[in-house]
Parts: sequence; structure tokens; C-alpha cells
Amino acid sequence: MNSSELPDPAELADAVSRGERAALATALNLLDDRRSESRQCAAQFLARLQQDESCAGGRLIGITGPPGAGKSSLTAALITVWRQRGLRVGVLAVDPSSPVSGGALLGDRLRMKTSSDDDGVFVRSLACRGEFGGLSAEVWPMSLVMLAAFDVTLIETVGVGQREIDVSRMCDTTCYVAQPGSGDSVQFLKAGILEVPHILVVNKEDMGAVARRTLSELGAAMNREHSDGHWQVPVLSASATRGSGIEALADAMEQHHEMLLARNELGPRRQRYQAQWILKRLLDEFGSFGIERLGGEREIFDQLQVQDLALFEQYEQLRQRTVGFYNDIQPVL
Amino acid sequence: MNQKTVQRDRPWLMRTYSGHSSATASNELYRMNLSKGQTGLSVAFDLPTQTGYDSDHPLARGEVGKVGVPISHIADMESLFDQIPLGQMNTSMTINATAPWLLALYVAVAERQGVDPSQLQGTTQNDVLKEYLSRGTYIFPPEPSVRLTTDLIAYTVDNIPKWNPTNICSYHLQEAGATPTQELAYALSTAIAILDAVQASGQIAQERFQAVVGRISFFVNAGIRFVEETCKMRAFGRMWDTMAQERYGVDDPKQRRFRYGVQVNSLGLTESQPENNVQRIVLEMLAVTLSKNARARAIQLPAWNEALGLPRPWDQQWALRMQQVLALETDLLEYGDLLDGSPMVEAKVQELIVGAEAEMARVAEQGGMVQAIESGYVKRELVQSHTRRMRNIESGDLKIVGVNCFQETAQSPLTSGTDAGIMKVNVQAERDQIVALQAFRAARSQGEVDASLAQLRAAAADGANIMPSSIVCARAGVTTGEWSEVLRDVFGEYRAPTGIDISMVGQTGSAALDDVRERVRKTGEELGRPLRLLIGKPGLDGHSNGAEQIAVKGRDAGFEIVYEGIRLTPAQIARAAQEEGAHLIGLSVLSGSHLELVEDIYGELEKIGVSGVPLIIGGIIPEDDARQLKDQGVAAVFTPKDVDMNAIMADMVDVIRRANGLEAYA
Ligand code: B12
Ligand SMILES: Nc1nc2c(ncn2[C@@H]2O[C@H](COP(=O)(O)OP(=O)(O)O)[C@@H](O)[C@H]2O)c(=O)[nH]1
Ligand SMILES: [Mg+2]
Repeated sequence: MNSSELPDPAELADAVSRGERAALATALNLLDDRRSESRQCAAQFLARLQQDESCAGGRLIGITGPPGAGKSSLTAALITVWRQRGLRVGVLAVDPSSPVSGGALLGDRLRMKTSSDDDGVFVRSLACRGEFGGLSAEVWPMSLVMLAAFDVTLIETVGVGQREIDVSRMCDTTCYVAQPGSGDSVQFLKAGILEVPHILVVNKEDMGAVARRTLSELGAAMNREHSDGHWQVPVLSASATRGSGIEALADAMEQHHEMLLARNELGPRRQRYQAQWILKRLLDEFGSFGIERLGGEREIFDQLQVQDLALFEQYEQLRQRTVGFYNDIQPVL
Repeated sequence: MNQKTVQRDRPWLMRTYSGHSSATASNELYRMNLSKGQTGLSVAFDLPTQTGYDSDHPLARGEVGKVGVPISHIADMESLFDQIPLGQMNTSMTINATAPWLLALYVAVAERQGVDPSQLQGTTQNDVLKEYLSRGTYIFPPEPSVRLTTDLIAYTVDNIPKWNPTNICSYHLQEAGATPTQELAYALSTAIAILDAVQASGQIAQERFQAVVGRISFFVNAGIRFVEETCKMRAFGRMWDTMAQERYGVDDPKQRRFRYGVQVNSLGLTESQPENNVQRIVLEMLAVTLSKNARARAIQLPAWNEALGLPRPWDQQWALRMQQVLALETDLLEYGDLLDGSPMVEAKVQELIVGAEAEMARVAEQGGMVQAIESGYVKRELVQSHTRRMRNIESGDLKIVGVNCFQETAQSPLTSGTDAGIMKVNVQAERDQIVALQAFRAARSQGEVDASLAQLRAAAADGANIMPSSIVCARAGVTTGEWSEVLRDVFGEYRAPTGIDISMVGQTGSAALDDVRERVRKTGEELGRPLRLLIGKPGLDGHSNGAEQIAVKGRDAGFEIVYEGIRLTPAQIARAAQEEGAHLIGLSVLSGSHLELVEDIYGELEKIGVSGVPLIIGGIIPEDDARQLKDQGVAAVFTPKDVDMNAIMADMVDVIRRANGLEAYA
């Protein structure tokens, strides 16, 4: 995208809300763009998008777990079920990138190949470019775009540890996929990240005994309420390749979503998470100097939480203010 | 010595892998080849037939009759063998996912010719595991595929006893970059997977199992390092003998013979100075003939113009004559084994065996060949080997005459003709085939077709041997697409691992690579985000080497790579480019259908509103076609003579720069 061809933020937001594929692609490219004029345009676009009801609804689901556990395959199977239920699905698949060249192989899409003429599915791959504890800085704003256009937005991330925490700080519902037989999963859960997933699923149940063993180990470890409260973490069994257990998995996700809605938690949760993201982003862009000038982390965070102005509008205002500080101190040449 | 008294061994079976345009045209070709002294038939099928589509399926567009003969039903099969008595013929069919179906058609045609099917002789390749790793014409997931393989084996052992039901292939593995050790290890691990599956299927009585082992034959490769390759053949023989005896308890040594056919290496045959390929082919043939105790049963040779396009009849004749000169003019067949007792040879054989056994153990540890394929392990190992090979060619450590040394050449008279030295398939063939197919469908009894398909579906679902119902379908006039569709429905379809997620091979920093990385990084910065390359393999083409190597190199150079493997539709590629925000679409097409596919992709891009994303293509693209593609808007065309991968990367960066209004580096 040449800077001369930056899209009109308002028009773009409207087109995204209407679910237009070409607009969606343009928006995602814009959010990925690091040039400052593009960032400005992106912020305006997001602010406008947030005024639209659409991105306050939908379901934002994180799917995580060790490499090879079958996250992408399960995603593909879930897409089929969701499509049968009449839901439109957007996917953000995050793959690791090479520290040496910065290059990346984005392989998740391969497993998600779905009907090629289905407008109800959109898959975007992202390289985690070594930021945000492994999650691309772009994931979050991109998830808002997806939420605006689709009924379900799913974020796949790989790895064990920090990244799970990141993804769970971004999504309404987090699902952990365990690989049968690998001690990893149990280890991981014992390592104190038990709070993270809302749903546990042991994939590859077609492997038989070994999958059943892992299921019972995890079941024993997880028979407890989620730290969010009001939620018993289900431990499920499925096979992405056989297509078994997928309906039940989709049902569990739906139940969690309904619980959030019923308890009126969806809005506040997203607000809180988004405030955290904005802080990170400001820090990233302007450093601690900028944050201090705006009154410090705590102050900004609290402000973002209470005001009912759309978050990205606030973000845009904060950005303008910070840019203003810089302009003030710029020597006149 | 008196010539008459000299005892000569019987020569091996001489074949030419061929088939094109239509059953009738291929039949003429076969009869001509037989009259030239060829002693067996080797049928090349077109890609729709190999992947289970009828000629009029949208995915078949541009592929009908191109790289082989289209066989959609019994009437096609009947024309293919018109005036060729099947009772006396030895026919090899390179067919895998649809092998039970093509054998069923062959049996049905034999019946019509009045030949008792139990007399039939020949081979179905029927080794689907290597399709996931190299050849690419798989359809179903591994488990049901292995079941179809074992069904065919079990059926022929009882009903067509002289048939070679499967040809375990290491040929294709070398073509995908495998080392001799890997070839040995993966072919033998495949044999274990298949034999174990036959045993587990319970279709063969224990006392007949030895006969099954005895019917297993192999199809191997012979590369230019012909001494090592000879040793590999001796290693194969020994390892197979031990395995048959120890693992499967075969006590008759004759049933433990390593029987194999060969196609010599084609990956090393070059587009530059293509006449040099003749020397390569002859030397490679020595590898599988020199040692009498490890000699091939059947040989087919590629032609000098392998890397240019499809061979013409004269090119194939030349390849056949190479075999005839070796077998009939030289004294090779007058001697016993020339290498027995050589300590050099023995040491090399041992080294290969030890290496292969270690790799087989790694595969076994993972649960066997099927699991090691599903997990992506074997494919990654192959891609890694091929990446090493490409690096060595680039660096000059691996010398290829005319490619990375001695590039200067006089004008070649071989390629200067009006046909540029290759065969052009008549475009009318596809249309004719479709008309004939539709007429055939209209004329058959639909009731009979439906009934036989119902029988097939029942067998597929309840686990009965697939052959009897397939033969009923063949007689009833079922088509290739219909047979496959029923099984797709019951078994599902599969996408194999791409193997490109290898860790980086021997990161020797070169100035050229550093330079390219810098350009990729800088251009990404100028355009606001890292450069993203979508590599697409449209159509039915399974040649993945080039796409894989570009993907691996692209990542090394700093691109973000999206590559979804083989056999995507133009619509899927266009959508992926849009969804992924690609800066560049790079297609790889080696099957010859590049003109149709590029046209379709442009159409799809326009349909979904993607503009300004440049498109490049690599593969077997004749010069005339390259010009035509560029006229259509393709920004760059690469062919096998572009071996400098850094230069390709730099070109890609420039294509992106130009498309975005930036000044190109070069
Ligand atoms: C290796 C090979 C195979 C292997 C493929 C293994 C694999 N997984 O890739 C095997 C043995 C399986 C195979 C099978 C077949 N093959 Co084959 N095969 C070849 C061979 C010998 C080499 C191709 C190769 O891999 N080269 C190495 C790679 C690295 O080079 P490359 O792909 O050309 O890529 C380079 C450039 O072209 C460029 N490039 C390529 N793609 C891209 C993409 C981008 C984005 C960019 C920038 C650059 C780029 O960069 C690369 C770097 O140098 C060629 C002949 C030849 N010598 O070229 C025949 C050839 C391609 N095969 C051919 C045929 C007919 C077949 C079959 C269809 C035969 C049949 N009837 O069954 C089968 C079926 C395959 C299928 N499913 O489609 C024909 C195609 C005829 C035509 N186009 O007119 C050829 C030309 C041989 C011939 N003369 O008959 N084959
Ligand atoms: N047996 C079996 N294999 C599966 C299943 N789901 C995925 N796989 C395989 O596991 C491997 C990794 O799958 P993928 O979805 O890419 O995993 P991811 O890395 O977690 O996204 C692939 O080879 C899949 O074919 C399953 O349910 N059963
Ligand atoms: Mg994945």
C-alpha cells in the first residue's frame, strides 16, 4: 500500500462492518503497516470501527497448546461445525518466525483449507515477530476487525508458557489443546498456569489408550473451578481428523460465551484487556517518557477503564497528546 | 573366443514410460514401440486419472492427456490395449491412489478380450506412501490408503498370481532429494508398513504369506554417483533378504530375491546443455546393470530433453537404443558378478547398511512409516537433504557440467527445430476426450452403474476387499471420477505435510545472502510491513521440489512465506493471496498447464477484487510460453536453469518494488 493510497478510515470501517472481504484484507494490511502515516490512519479507522456495535459482540476465542497437538486441525474441524450452525468465522493464526532472518513459514493455513468459495471464512496468518511475549503486536487490533466482520473470531497461538497468558489476556474464551502421551501438557498445567484455559481438550482420541490416559491425567489435575469464577473447566476428548468430539467442543465454547453474557462480563473484560493493550502500544511507540508525560501507567489505565468513549478514540487522543509533547520540544529549524 | 559358444544372460525388460493425448493415440505409440523391440509396456496416466477425476471435472482443465493417457472408463482402457493381447503382455502401470480401479479396468478388458484374468502379468505401482512424500497423487488419508493397497495385494495373490501387486518405490524419494541411505531406509520401512498391514488385515492365510513377500517388488533410482549407487543396490538386496527371513520367516531364498525395476535419475538432468544428459543417463544405467547379483529386472530411461518438456517418439527411441546397445553390443552380459569380492565395494555396502538401519530404527521408534509420514518427520528429512543439495550446487561444491561450471556452449542443433526439441500435446485432445466421455456416459445403463456404485460404497464402508466390487463397476461402465468420488465420500481427503518447516541447514553466511536479506528487510520497511510471499501450486501438478526450495530459501532471506502444499484451485490461491495480504504471488507449475492456470488465477483475482499484487511463475516453461505469460502480465518467469537462488530472491524483491512504485535495485 503506498502512503498516497491510504484508505479513507471511515469508509473502510463501514465496509468492514458490512463484512466485505476486500475491505477486510485492506484493513488487516493497514493494521500491519508500521509507517507512521499508516498508523495514524489505522487509529482513526479503529476508532470509527469501535463506534459500530458489531465489534462489541461476537465471540473471541483463543486456541493454544504445544506445536503439533492439532490446533490448526481442530480449528478446521470447528470451522465446519460453526459454518453448519450458520456462524461466520475469522481466524488469526500466529506462527513463530526465524530469529536469524526475520523470515517465517506460515503453515497453519495448510490444515485449515476449507471450501474455496465460502465467503463465511477468512484466515489470516501472522508471524510473531518477537514482541509482546511472543504475540504479534498486530493481533489485537486485527481481532477487533475480525470481530466486526464475523460471528466467531479464533486466534491460534503456538508454544507453551508466556504466550498462553498473552492470548488469554486477549480472548473471551481460551481453549488449551493437549497432545496425548506427552508429559508436557500435564507439566505445563502443574507449572502454575492452571488458571489460563477455560476449556481443555485432548485431541487425537483416535490414538486410543494413550489419549485416554492423558485425558484422565488432565481430568484429575483440572477438576476445579476456573479462577475467573462461575466456570467449571471441562476436560474434553476429540479427534480433529476423525471429526469426533468437535460438536461438544463447540458447545463448551458456546456455554462459556453464554455464561459471560449472562453475567454481563463480556464488555468489562474486553474493556480491561483493551486498556492493557493500549498501554503496551503507547509504551512501544513513545517509550516510558511518553507514558510519564501522560500521567503514568496507573493513571492512563484507570482513565481508559472508566470513560465510555470508544477505546480507540481515546487511544488516538492520547497519541495526539503525546505527539504534541514531542512537537513542543522539537527545536525549530 | 568363438562367439557362438559364449553364454549370455538374458537382458532385462526394456520399457519406455509413455502415454499421452488419448487412449487411441497412446495405443498407436505402444504398438510402434513394441515393433521397435521394446519388451514390455509402461503406462503413464494423466494427472486427472491418477488423482481420481474424470476428464470433464473442473480440476482436470488443461491436464487431460498432457503428461499421460486419460482413462475414464472401460472403453478408454479397451482402446488403449487394442490389438495388444493382454495374455502375452507384461504391463507396468504407474498408478497409486486409483490403482485398484485401473487394475479392475485392466481385468475387465482382459475378460472382453477372452483372456483369463489369472493369466495376466504386470505391475501396479500401488505404493501410496511415497505419494505423500514425493509424487503427490494421493487422495485419501494414509489409513484408508494403506487399506486399499493391501486389498489389491491380497486380491492378486489369490486371483492374479503372476501380478506384481506393488512396487515399493525409492525412485521418487531420490527425485525429492533423498540420499542413498534415506532411499534404503524409507523404501524398506514402507515395505514393512505394507506387509504388516497385509498380515494384520487377516486376508491372507499364514501359510500363503511367504508368497506375498515373494510378490513384493521395488522401483528404485540410480543417480550419477554410479559406484555408490551400485553399492546401494547390493545393500538393498542384502537388507531385503535379511528382513524377509528374519521378520517374515520366508525360508525359500527365491522368495527373498530383491526384484526391482529402475528409472534412472532425472532430477540431475539439466536444461542447460541438455545433450550432456545422454552421458548421465548411460552412466546411471551402469549402476543398475554392472553387478550381476544386483541387476535390475526392468529398466526405463528418461530422454535427453527431460528438463525441457515431454519427449517426442524419437527422443524415447534414443533412450531405448541406449539400453539395447549396452545389452546387445557390449560384453556385459557374458560375465558373472564383476564386483563380488571387492573390499572397496564391500566397505561401502556396509556403510550404507549401517546408516540405513539407524534411520529405519528412528522411523520404527515413531511407530512406523505411516506415523513418521503423518507427523511430517520423513518429509522434513527429505526437504532438508534437497536443501543441502541445492546449497552445494549454488556454492559449486557439487559440480554440474554446463550448469555451475563450463557454461559456455556452441549453439545446439538439438533444440533449434520448430518444435524447440519437445513434444507438444494437441490441445484438441482434451476437448475430444470430453466429448467422447459424455457420449459414453449417455449410452450406458444408469441402473447398472448405480447398483455397482452402491456395492462399492458398501465394501468401502464395511471393510470388504475393494477389488470385486471395483471390477463390477468397471464392467458396468462406471467412470474414474465416479469410483473415486464414492471413496472420497467414505474415506475423506487428505493434505500431506509440506516438510518446509525444517531448521536451517548449515548456516554458512554468504555475502550474497546477506545482501538479499538486507534488501528484503529494507523493502519491507519501506512498504510498512515484512515482505510476504504466497507460494502457490495450482492444479493437479504434484512437483513440489521447486516450491519447497523457494519457500525454505525465502524464509532464509527474510520473507514471510505462506505455502499450503500441492493441488490448490486457482480460486483458493487467489483467496489466500487476498486474506494473507501477499506482496507477491509465486506460482510453481511443472505439469505443463501453466497457460490455463495463470489465466484462471488472473480471473479469480479480478473476481474478488485483488489488484496490484504481482505474479511470477517458475517451472517447466518453454520460451514461447514464457513470452506469452509475460504478455499476460506475469512479472517474471523462472526455469530449471535458474539455479542461483539468491539471484531469484533478489529478482523477487525487485518485482515487488516495481509493483509498488519503488525503484528496483538491479
Ligand atoms: C523431480 C521430478 C519429479 C519428481 C517430483 C518430486 C517432487 N516432490 O517434486 C517425481 C519423480 C515424483 C515426478 C513425478 C512426475 N513427473 Co516429474 N520431473 C521431475 C524432474 C526430473 C525435476 C523437477 C525438479 O524437482 N527439479 C528441481 C527443482 C528445484 O527445480 P524446479 O522445480 O525447476 O525449480 C527451479 C526453477 O524452475 C524455479 N522455480 C520453480 N518453481 C518456482 C516458483 C517460484 C515462486 C519461483 C520464484 C521459482 C520457481 O526455481 C527453482 C530453482 O532452480 C523434471 C525434469 C527436470 N529435470 O526438470 C520432471 C518433469 C517435471 N516431470 C514430468 C512428469 C510428466 C511427471 C509425471 C506427471 C509423470 C506421470 N505421467 O506420472 C509424474 C507425476 C507427478 C505429479 N503428481 O504431478 C515432466 C513434465 C512435463 C511437462 N511439463 O511438459 C518433466 C518435465 C519430465 C519430462 N520431461 O517428462 N517428477
Ligand atoms: N491421529 C491424529 N492426528 C491428528 C489429529 N489432529 C491433528 N493431527 C495431526 O497432527 C499433526 C499436527 O497438526 P496441526 O493441526 O498442524 O497441529 P498444530 O501445530 O497444533 O496446529 C498433523 O500431522 C495432523 O495431521 C487427530 O485428531 N488425530
Ligand atoms: Mg498450527
